[in-house]
Order: sequence, then C-alpha cells, then structure tokens
Amino acid sequence: MGSYGQTIFGLTGRMTIAFFTELRILSRLINNTAYWTFVAPFIQKRFRVKQSISEIVKVGYNSIPIVCVISFFLGLILALQAAYQLRRFGAMIYVANLVGVSITRELGPIITAIIASGRSGSAFAAEIGSMKAAEEVDALIGMGINPVSYLVVPKLIAMIIMMPALTIFADCVGILGGTILSVTLLEIQPNAYLNQTINALLVRDVVTGLIKAVAFGISITIVGVYQGFKVTAGAEEVGMRTTASVVSSIFMIILLDLFFTVLFYFLT
Amino acid sequence: MENAINISHLDTHYGNYKVLKDITVSIPRGKTTVILGGSGCGKSTLLKHLIGLLRPTNGTILINDKDITLMNEFQLNDIRRHIGILFQGAALLNSMTIADNVALPLKEHTRLNPETINIMVRMKLDLVGLSGFDHFFPAQLSGGMKKRAGIARAMALDPELLFFDEPSAGLDPVTAAGIDDLILRLKSVFKMTITVITHELPSVFMIADYVIMLEKGEMLFAGTLDELKASSHPAIRRFLERKPDTAAVSPDDYFDIIAGRI
Ligand SMILES: Nc1ncnc2c1ncn2[C@@H]1O[C@H](COP(=O)(O)OP(=O)(O)OP(=O)(O)O)[C@@H](O)[C@H]1O
Ligand SMILES: [Mg+2]
Repeated sequence: MGSYGQTIFGLTGRMTIAFFTELRILSRLINNTAYWTFVAPFIQKRFRVKQSISEIVKVGYNSIPIVCVISFFLGLILALQAAYQLRRFGAMIYVANLVGVSITRELGPIITAIIASGRSGSAFAAEIGSMKAAEEVDALIGMGINPVSYLVVPKLIAMIIMMPALTIFADCVGILGGTILSVTLLEIQPNAYLNQTINALLVRDVVTGLIKAVAFGISITIVGVYQGFKVTAGAEEVGMRTTASVVSSIFMIILLDLFFTVLFYFLT
Repeated sequence: MENAINISHLDTHYGNYKVLKDITVSIPRGKTTVILGGSGCGKSTLLKHLIGLLRPTNGTILINDKDITLMNEFQLNDIRRHIGILFQGAALLNSMTIADNVALPLKEHTRLNPETINIMVRMKLDLVGLSGFDHFFPAQLSGGMKKRAGIARAMALDPELLFFDEPSAGLDPVTAAGIDDLILRLKSVFKMTITVITHELPSVFMIADYVIMLEKGEMLFAGTLDELKASSHPAIRRFLERKPDTAAVSPDDYFDIIAGRI
C-alpha cells in the first residue's frame, strides 16, 4: 500500500517539477526573445535587417503559392457549402456575405497559420535543433553571440510581418475562389456578388483577422524555436522535436483562436 | 608568474554524475598550457567552464581576476569577446561558408566595413593554410580542414586567450606540425595565452610551457614541462611512455562486467 502511495505521490511530484521547469525555460525564452527583439536593437543601434529579409523570403514569399492554392479551394468549398443551405431560402446572394465574413474573420488567418506551422514552425525547430545537436549553438555562445538574438529575432520579425501579409493574400484569393464558384456554378452576377461582399465586410472583420494572424505568427515562432532549443542529442531527437513543434503549434493556434474569437465577440 | 586564469575547488556534475572533482589550478599568462588526460576524464568539460558555457556546482573561475561563475550573460559576453575557442568537433556553422564563419565574430562584435572584414578573413584563413577555400561549406571540407577553419574563427578577433580542444587530432603529421608552429608564433608574436588540449605527445613537447594533467576528473599534475618529464608518478609515466593501464581486472570482475552486473 505504502509503495503504491509513494509511486503516485512520487509521480505527481516529478511531473509537477518537470512541468514547472519547462514553464520556467519557456518563460525565460519568451522574456529573452522580447528583450532581444524590441529592446536590445534600439540600445545597440543594431538591427538584423539582412537576416530578417532572408527569413521573410523563406517564411513569407516562398509560402505564397501554397497559401493561394489552399485558400482558393477553401473559397470554392465555402461558397458551395453556403449555397447548399441558402438555396432553400432563395437567398443565394448571401453566399457572398458568408464567404467574405468567414474567410476574413476566421478561415484566412487559421489556414495561413496552419500552413505556416507546417512549413515554417517545423523548419525553425529543425534548424535550431540540428544546430543544437552539432554544438553550433554552443559555438555561438562561445563567440559571445546570443543565440536568441542571432537565431530567433530574425525569425520572429519575419513572422510578425509576413503572417498578416500572407493572411491578406489568403483573404483575397479565398474571396476570389468564392466569387468564381458563385459566378459559374451558382450563376450569380459578378457585380452583384462583389458589391454584396464589399457591403458585407466591415473593416473590423479584416482587422481582427490580421490581429489573430500576428498572434499566431508569434506563437508559431516561439513554439518552433522552443522545441528546437530543447534538442540535446542526435538527429533522431531533431525529428521528434520537429513533429512536436507542429502538433503543439497547431494546438496553440486553436487555443489562441478561441481566445480571440471570444474576445472579439464581446468587444465588437 | 602572473596568471590569466585561476580555478579553485571546481566541482561539476552532469545530472548526478560528478565529472570534475575539486580542480584547483592556474593558467599562466603569455604561456602555452597543455591539458592532458585520458579520454573521458573531463578536459572538454573543463574548457566549456572556462568560457561560461557550463556553470560549475561549486568553485570559482577567475579570468583576469574576475569571477566568471558569478557573471550574468551580458558580462560573460564581454569576457568572451577576448577569448577564442576551438571546439573538439570544430562546431562551424554548417549553413554558411568558411569565410562567413570566420567573419561572423567580426560582423557581430565590430563595426568594420565589409572590405576590411574580407581582408581580415583572408589573413586568418591563410594563417591556417586554407586560402582559396573561402567559399567552401563546412560539409565540403575534411575533418582536419574543419579543425583549421575552426582555429581561424577562434583567432578572428585577435583574442587575448585562446582555447584549442584537440587542434591536431585527425591531422597528418606535417599539418599537425604546422599547427604547432602556428601556436608557437601566436605566443611569441602576439603574446597570447594559449590553452591546448591534446593527446599528441610530440606536440606536447614542442609547444608546452606548462602542463596540467587530469585523471578521471581529478587533478593529477600541474607544473612545467620539465617537471612533467622528471615526474615519477606511475600514471604520468604510463602516459609519457604510452603504456596501457596495467591495473587489469581480475577474471571474476571481468565476468561480472561482461554479464552486465557492474
Ligand atoms: N552533455 C553531457 N551530458 C552528460 N555527460 C556528459 C556530457 N558531456 C560529457 N559528458 C561526460 O563527461 C565526461 C567527460 O567528458 P569530456 O568530453 O569532458 O571528456 P574529454 O576529457 O574531453 O575526453 P576526450 O579526450 O575523449 O575528448 C565523460 O564521461 C562524458 O561521458
Ligand atoms: Mg574532449
């Protein structure tokens, strides 16, 4: 009996300690990242422009095709689904409202974020993880270069800039997809559809979507680099951490989405 | 003799495993100190403590009379700018060329213009016999060439203190002699304080002014090269005469070892 009790208490204790250790490491990482991104560059008058641009190309520019293709199809699907409901009421023109609002408020940001966590978040984890495994991070520290400043800051800046930009692409292409489907299959007048969309969309729908996109970008970066820095040994662990980064950043995206949706529901 | 580094009562653990045990030793300024010891005795670990990469469980490390074990990351970075280190695995950044690797400390810590940096990089690469390889990536180099590129990077900022972890392991005797020669020149021309971990006896006799020997994480010997040669300690004699450790295990113990009971 005693040994069972010991096992249970021991396990609980170890798990609690492990949890708080992780939490401490994570909060230190967030703290350092914030300092090296928003404070240190202004003190030292040193901005990582070149590196940030190269990250912008990697996480942003190179993602444009996939973001466009997926959101185009999403627009098509959404329009059809909306039509399936609305045709019973003979209110086909409201397809425009449904597509426009759900893409800008919800699906544009979230699809972009899920693509980014699969493409960029995993790449962050893999890059930093393999650098950790090859002692390259130690080498940076040994040269007096802060790894957060050198590795994380350009990625974070790129994500903060490019996530909203990609989301705008996703919004536009998604609405285009909806328009094309409505004009062809549903035989709605193009002018009428576009007018309806413009009337339906409020600036705040788009803006709340973009705010979400920034938050998703930050969380994808933090999760990816956190998993990368956790690597201690070989290539196998790099693979494991990369997978973990995708899974946990998608989870974080959904949590954040819930939070913001509730927040905006009551605010707007 | 003035000391650049004073280590006292240094204890350190990896998890529960005690790697370094009560190390007290000094590294003299302007001299070449060689650290000797069997594989796995904690030499690389000691070196990582000297740049603040690992924190000891106990003890102090004074570099230029300042205790680095008490420093925060910013103070450490100031110290690290005056230190060049070659890791045992060279630890070049695989995503950039050799030239960019050597240029990295210069770009990060100075505001020199790109042309000046280029010239300095070529000088350092030439010093280690790698001119013409600027645009190679680490993956395109042999093990010995990586080591030499690592040496060039360690020297990029003309540091006061240089730490080399097995600079000539995996090099042919001629290139290895070239590295020894380079170390001698750095000492005599630039008055650098150089600490070298090595297993190569010829190179020990060539470059060492001062020798530190560790065994299983404990201090075994610290003194000048002549004192080392004159020492009669059996472990030191075994090392110098390249004899295997004759304290063989008894047949019963051996059986326990292969049966996995120890
Ligand atoms: N990251 C680590 N985690 C756990 N143990 C480690 C770690 N690095 C080294 N060790 C252990 O510490 C001991 C000393 O390792 P270290 O690398 O300092 O040896 P060394 O003297 O440099 O050996 P070599 O001459 O083979 O390079 C070894 O027993 C090793 O198993
Ligand atoms: Mg070693």
